[in-house]
Amino acid sequence: MMANRKNGYRGTGILLTALREPGRMMGFEPGEWDLLLRVARHTRLLGRLAVIVDEAGEMEQLPASVRDHFKAARVFVTHYQRTARWEINRILAALEGDDVPLVLLKGGAYILAGLPPSRGRLLSDVDLLVPRELLDSFEQTLLAHGWESVKLEEYDQRYYRTWMHELPPLSHPERGLEVDIHHTISPLTSRLNPDPEKLFRDSISLADKRLRVLQPVDMVLHSAVHLFHDGEFINGLRDLVDLADLFQHFGKHADFWEKLVGRARSQGLLRPLFYALRYTKRLLAAELPDSVVAAAGEGAPSGPILRLMDNLIEAVMIPEHPDFPRRRRAAAQWLLYVRSHWLRMPPGMLLQHLARKKIMRWRQRKTIARTSAQGSR
Amino acid sequence: MNLAELPGEALARRLEGKGILLQTGPFTVRIHSRVEGFTQQFRRFYASFPVVSEPAIADFHVRLIMPGGIRRRWRPQVLLLLDGQEVFLPYPLSHAFPLFEWGLNWAIAMQAHQYLMLHSAAVETAGKVMLLPAWPGSGKSTLCAALVSRGWRLFSDEFGLVRIDDGLLVPLPRPTPLKNKSIDVIREFAPGLEFGPAFHGTRKGTVAHLRTPDASVAQAHITAPPGWLVFPRYQAGVPLSLKPIARPQAFLKLANNSFNYQLLGLHGFQAVTRLVRHCDCYILSYSDLDEAIIKLNQLTDT
Repeated sequence: MMANRKNGYRGTGILLTALREPGRMMGFEPGEWDLLLRVARHTRLLGRLAVIVDEAGEMEQLPASVRDHFKAARVFVTHYQRTARWEINRILAALEGDDVPLVLLKGGAYILAGLPPSRGRLLSDVDLLVPRELLDSFEQTLLAHGWESVKLEEYDQRYYRTWMHELPPLSHPERGLEVDIHHTISPLTSRLNPDPEKLFRDSISLADKRLRVLQPVDMVLHSAVHLFHDGEFINGLRDLVDLADLFQHFGKHADFWEKLVGRARSQGLLRPLFYALRYTKRLLAAELPDSVVAAAGEGAPSGPILRLMDNLIEAVMIPEHPDFPRRRRAAAQWLLYVRSHWLRMPPGMLLQHLARKKIMRWRQRKTIARTSAQGSR
Repeated sequence: MNLAELPGEALARRLEGKGILLQTGPFTVRIHSRVEGFTQQFRRFYASFPVVSEPAIADFHVRLIMPGGIRRRWRPQVLLLLDGQEVFLPYPLSHAFPLFEWGLNWAIAMQAHQYLMLHSAAVETAGKVMLLPAWPGSGKSTLCAALVSRGWRLFSDEFGLVRIDDGLLVPLPRPTPLKNKSIDVIREFAPGLEFGPAFHGTRKGTVAHLRTPDASVAQAHITAPPGWLVFPRYQAGVPLSLKPIARPQAFLKLANNSFNYQLLGLHGFQAVTRLVRHCDCYILSYSDLDEAIIKLNQLTDT
């Protein structure tokens, strides 16, 4: 048991090592590969590792079974990326030439704009940003073309429409991919309050003129807001990898960094930017200009809060050994979840909401367990 | 080393400790269990399977545990963890072995996308594979067991694993689960085959497993090209018929039968195309196993 525990703790760092210094993978022992494959699959980063190894031209040097896992992971990624492209294609078809400025966010944006985070990236939904005044008609268009609301509970519907920065998710029953329609990038009641009009005004059109993505600095800021203020850390490390990629890619342009800090300041997003810089550097060894890190320090929280965040973020980002999950992680995840809601609604409302969610989730889990048992062969 | 060479005590210790690394076809599976009764059944069914020596990379991590609390004593249950995750509801403790079999099948179907995976039995004769793709209830396992009892090599009862690069079939021999009436049908048809215990009241009714023939396990590394595609259809009382079907029709049936055709995209399309091009394709309707086997032997002899 002692040996296993030790193994467990060693395991938690292996994925970060592989992401930071991919070359080290070539020297891995079978036991290390075994653990790395498992941890990478859990964090949805297996496809990413496959691409890294492929790009380095080192696939042939790997053990055959590792190659097989990478091959399978790439099949999975290719499928989901193709599915996302097709969903976007169907949305454009449904619009029938209506001139709705559609801004792709996150995974969909990275894939269609061909940006580095798309390499080996899995995605399970398509996120869009639509001007608030066009929201209703856009939702009606999709509903008329067969999309359906995924969240059918009345409480969820009300929750999304009153408090959130997005509509209750839609999906088309023939395809099943979720479509999340946002009208801004942080919840309406949140203490962050960036101006969505600026986001649209400065967005960039893709080769297909009907589609747009956020300009680089806004893309980074949105990714940071999403990761550090939305409270869903299930794909936390993957989202942090996105940020590190964006920093590296856009950071090559001299004016990017200056613009980034300026934009964060004018949009009131220095806090999430501070976190994005801090944790991509600490966990993924992102190379960042010192002057930018210093400037974003303006957005740092107070000392005690920062130490707490360091602990929580590391607990949720550094993956567990699958055989030895620790309570600490679950606790950290829960605290961050509560924090994200604390940032988004008044305390009384928060308590009521968490209680309701708890009950709904408990019901849902029962249904999921049942369906997955039936779905097996 | 194979599993039978490991003394019972040692096997139990390994299952409870760092786990057993079992080789089944192309896959290495790490198995942990602290469940009473599982060890003996596992040992019996997998006796001739190779044990992989440490250290090794496992493709799947399967763990059987008994949920604690009151459930330990009152109607005790068994839970399967795949790579640390619960994917099924708990089963009654006595059903640990069928749960392990289903769990591993599920894990393979969800993950092994380096292959085109068909929901198909596969048997080999004269260096070529006959695929028997079918959904549950069409008599696939029964026919497969009957052919194996008459000397065909068992490739797999559940998975037609097609390698994407070269289109060859990869064996994945495992115990064959027979359900309900087919248990007695095969007992009568081939009294020499070795059955395990019957598990009653599973979600597929009564299930009993056939032991995998040793020869089939010993040749589990030998791939073979596909030769025949036969879609079986058991129906009581129907006269035997083996009807050739056109390749486009076979294509559609096969694509529909695959676990991961959609996921593979273009590669799936190409793999299925290659299969139907290289195979003679038939629908087999049968009610009598003897007749069916004579017919299939004639087909493969010519």
